[in-house]
Amino acid sequence: MLTLNVNDRAVQVDVDPATPLLWVIREQLALTGTKFGCGIAQCGACTVHLNGAPIRSCVTPVSAAAGQRVTTIEGLAEAAADGVRLHPVQQAWIDEQVPQCGYCQSGQIMSAVALLRDDPAPDDAAIDRAMRGNLCRCGTYPRIRRAIHRAAQMVQHHEPEQQHG
Amino acid sequence: MGKWTRRGLIASGVVAGGALVVGVAIRPGHREPKLAPLVAGDGETLLHTWVKISADNRVTAIVPHSDMGQGAPSALAQMLADELDARWEDVSVLEAPAEDGFANYALAKGFLTGGMSIPRVLVPTVDGALMRISDVMHLQITGGSLSVRTTGVYGMRVAGAAARGLLLDAAAAAWQVPVAELNAAEGRIRHAASGRNEPYASFAAAAGERAPSATPALKAPSQFTLMGRDLPRLDVPAKVDGSARYGIDADVPGMKTAAIRRAPVFGATVQSVDAAVAEAMPGVIRVVALDDAVAVVADGYWQAKQALDRVNVTWSATAADRLDSDAVFAQFARDMDQAVTDGREHEDLARGDARRALASAARVVEASYRVPYLAHACMEPMSATADVRDGACTLWTGTQNPLGFRYSVADALGLDADRVSVHNAPMGGGFGRRSDPDYAIQAARLSQAVGTPVKLIWSREEDIRQDHYRPAVLSRFKAGLDAAGNVIAWENQFVDKHEPAEAPYIPYAIEHQLVHFADSPTHVPFGPWRSVDHSQHGFFTESFADEVAHAAGRDPFEFRRDLLADAPRHRRVLELGAERADWYLTRPAGSGRGIALQESFGTIVAQVVDVTVAGGKVKVDRVVCVVDPGFAVSPDGVVAQMESGIVYGLTAALYGEVTIKDGAVAQSNFHDYPLLRMDETPVIDTHIVQSEAPWGGAGEPGTPGIAPALANAIFDATGERIRELPVSRYEFDAARTG
Repeated sequence: MLTLNVNDRAVQVDVDPATPLLWVIREQLALTGTKFGCGIAQCGACTVHLNGAPIRSCVTPVSAAAGQRVTTIEGLAEAAADGVRLHPVQQAWIDEQVPQCGYCQSGQIMSAVALLRDDPAPDDAAIDRAMRGNLCRCGTYPRIRRAIHRAAQMVQHHEPEQQHG
Repeated sequence: MGKWTRRGLIASGVVAGGALVVGVAIRPGHREPKLAPLVAGDGETLLHTWVKISADNRVTAIVPHSDMGQGAPSALAQMLADELDARWEDVSVLEAPAEDGFANYALAKGFLTGGMSIPRVLVPTVDGALMRISDVMHLQITGGSLSVRTTGVYGMRVAGAAARGLLLDAAAAAWQVPVAELNAAEGRIRHAASGRNEPYASFAAAAGERAPSATPALKAPSQFTLMGRDLPRLDVPAKVDGSARYGIDADVPGMKTAAIRRAPVFGATVQSVDAAVAEAMPGVIRVVALDDAVAVVADGYWQAKQALDRVNVTWSATAADRLDSDAVFAQFARDMDQAVTDGREHEDLARGDARRALASAARVVEASYRVPYLAHACMEPMSATADVRDGACTLWTGTQNPLGFRYSVADALGLDADRVSVHNAPMGGGFGRRSDPDYAIQAARLSQAVGTPVKLIWSREEDIRQDHYRPAVLSRFKAGLDAAGNVIAWENQFVDKHEPAEAPYIPYAIEHQLVHFADSPTHVPFGPWRSVDHSQHGFFTESFADEVAHAAGRDPFEFRRDLLADAPRHRRVLELGAERADWYLTRPAGSGRGIALQESFGTIVAQVVDVTVAGGKVKVDRVVCVVDPGFAVSPDGVVAQMESGIVYGLTAALYGEVTIKDGAVAQSNFHDYPLLRMDETPVIDTHIVQSEAPWGGAGEPGTPGIAPALANAIFDATGERIRELPVSRYEFDAARTG
């Protein structure tokens, strides 16, 4: 038995410790927002946060996440009085109408959230560096870039402290 | 393009709870030649779009299109709501198979009627047309950039206008006033003189008793209230919070998970399997050998994949076991040479006498081009979940072709098609790949073998190596110039023709033209790949046109423009592209600018690419894209599709190459089949021309022009003519290019 903390919930899983975190999240915890794309850390569709830092869950053994804080796409929005309040990056993704097929977007958003936590006002070069590990076959890159700039402004003006990340 | 025939067009009726139902039957021209005979019969009509107005005034449409990211469901809702004058918030569009609609006759009836018996007026239409649909494979295909320009134009708009007309007539009768005194807006009917004001639903039952107009009047563009506006896409919120459920996310009680390895050489079969080690591994249920593949069914995917790696398979020998890509291209060249003399040549297009004109030309320009096989590489690897039991199969997957899948799976299992139902899911990319049912058949056969529901997930390696590929093509050109440098003849010969028929044709007024092709089959399976034949022929014809312009000593933009006197839409798009890109602005050394023009799927696109070639490397700086889709229902959606088609096409032009080695695909994952990344993506500047020409598609037309515009820009920068893709095959002289 391994104990994981996923989206602020403690869960116990009974799996081979070598199993990639991705498959535990998807199959044991039924959190299917995190996607399988390549299995070799080439596409970023499986990106989640481990203690706030972006990792490729398809090549991270679940044992490496035991006892640590894991955040998935499902854990970004916060409960609010009037329902759910999206993370500014998620809201910016809607405002810029970023997704097409949408399959890579969970990973894109997790990478963008981590970027903005480290660099609240990234320039284009910083966005290139942070996001080049996330592939999008629909070619939404120009909109992702715009959405990150928009989210940065939202965070600076309205959300000085982001607890998730 | 195919001509549309409409007959027995509109049916209507009233169903349980007083809901009004309007169905529109359309008979499309077909892009798959082998299927065309199935839909070509004179008496055939196919019910294509259903619209239901419920007692709560909500409007629901079921359409035969799937969401693969192109935004079609939202655009279709926009078209319906506008013609119907419904409130945008009240309209929802369901993909038919999600409700088992078009994929299941009995459930379609259920959806439409709320479980009640079907009204008399609809019986012939529903029983006839829905059953007829079930006989015709591929009708539901999402492809060919068709959703808006066929289902939208011929289905949603007509259904909306017909329903609106019925409701107005019913209201006029109920209120005893002339219909001309009524006004319909926002889902309500108003009579100004009497102050009456009722929702559509009040008249739904009465409207259903009336005969619909066979030709309801459609709005003129000036009357549009929703079409042409940017409305938020309906599918986006679920794609930012992880809640969108794709085929790979299916969760069926009792489900097991499978990993699969198919014969690496296409056509080989399983000869023997050593599964002893794998079957003893934890979580493994069974190792299953299919004819041409071996799969491991296990509790989870990781267990299945680990065990599959320990299965030893001997594959049968095939004639292609020593074949490689060089041999494929050598075969193309041989077949093209022979076809000219042995009578196996296919003449595709002939105007004037190109051979004679070439013989008498002052100068002949010749070039040979080629493109490699390409995989689709959808971000969601192929996946399907099947539950085969009690002589029936239920399938959960993402497909561009739900009816085709239903029939193919039924065939593979030896079932009647009405024993197979398909639950379609949003697709993590389609691009043509998800029209082939191979992965669904595998899942069904695995479920049949182990007796539980099985979710099959392909590895990325399997996805790249077991695709249905954009074909490798060799294409040869000759152009004849007269003494004054005018181009008088154009000859093009290539291998293999698919769809659309007009893909190799050029818009330029050249007096003598000959386009011909030879068949040269290989063992590599063909699949439609975003823009199909346009993706290769766009590169060939627009690169060679550039060569001819330079040979004639002309500016490549002006050369094209001057040959478009009879094609004003093309000319306008091209001129606007040059203008928006500052075509004549001088560029620094080591940089270059290229232009290309391509019509596909009813939409005309001009693209101007700026590149910098430095240190032997190509960097794409900017793409200016001018698009004339006739009318853009969702302008931002068209812009998004141009961006998408350009990035897809740039990936192919810069890096895309599937090579065959010893009969099998040599590439396997994104490290050796790279996709364009964020830091390589140029600025893309898209301009829409609303020409009000017949509406064209958007999903594919952004792709074909980008490779030649890029190649022409590289020529401008370096003097090197790109005649083979991808560009990564070339080494540019670092010294010369700075």
